[in-house]
Amino acid sequence: MADPMKIRATLQGDVADVRVLMAHPMETGQRKQAGKAVPLHFIQSITAQLNGRTVFSADISQAISRNPVFAFKVKGAKAGDKITVTWKDNKGETRTDETTVRAGS
Amino acid sequence: MLQTRRTVTFGLAAALGAALLKPLSALAAWNQGAFQAKSALDGMKALGITNAQDSGDIVIRAPDIAENGAVVPMDITSNIPGTTSISVFIEKNPFPYTGTFEFAAGAVPFVHLRAKIGESTPVRVVVAAGGKFYTTAKEVKVTIGGCGG
Repeated sequence: MADPMKIRATLQGDVADVRVLMAHPMETGQRKQAGKAVPLHFIQSITAQLNGRTVFSADISQAISRNPVFAFKVKGAKAGDKITVTWKDNKGETRTDETTVRAGS
Repeated sequence: MLQTRRTVTFGLAAALGAALLKPLSALAAWNQGAFQAKSALDGMKALGITNAQDSGDIVIRAPDIAENGAVVPMDITSNIPGTTSISVFIEKNPFPYTGTFEFAAGAVPFVHLRAKIGESTPVRVVVAAGGKFYTTAKEVKVTIGGCGG
C-alpha cells in the first residue's frame, strides 16, 4: 500500500483551496538504472469529491513530477465539508484519503 | 538532453508492454492513444481537439527559466466562461500530452501541477468550454532536463 496523501483544504471566502501531495515514484520508463530501463510506474487518474460529489478529476501521464502535487479550488464549500481524493496508477494500485475543509484565517 | 534513438524505443516498448499486461477495464477512460502520441498535434487529434482558437483568457503561470526540469511548477487558470476542462501539452517531451483536468459542480477552472520537462519547450494549454476549444502557450526554458538521470 502506498503512503498516505497529504491533503489540505482551506476556505478562502466560499472557495476551498485544496492542495494534495501524493507519494508516488512516477517512473517515466525512460530512466535507466544499471543499464536497464526502470519500468513505467505512474498515476493515471485522480478523482476528488466534495461531500461525495465529484468536483475535480484528472487523467495524467508520466510527465507529472515524482510525488505529485496538485491544487484546485472548489466554490461553495463550507467548513467541515469532506474532501475525498482517490488516485489510481498504471499497475492498478489505488489509494483514497480524505480530509475536512477548514476555515481560513 | 542526451537522448539516443534506443532510449526512445526502449521507453515506448516499456509503455506498450505495461499496457498489454494490464487488464483492459483499468484503461476504460484513460486515453492511451493520446498519451502515447509523439507530438502535441497527434495527441490533440486523439483527444478530438480541433479548431482550437488562440485566447488571451487563459493564464499560464510558469517560470520563464526552470532550473530543475524534473519539477516545473505551473498554475493554469481559465477565465473563459463555462470551462469544463484544461489539457496540458509539453510540446518537446517524448510524450507531449501531460494530462487533462476536468471541473464539475462548482470547481473553479484552476489547477496547479508540477511536471517534468525534458528540454526548453512551449507548454501548450487547451481549454474546453461550451463545446469549443481555446488555446495558448508559454515558452519554458530548462537548464537541466527532467528525463533520465
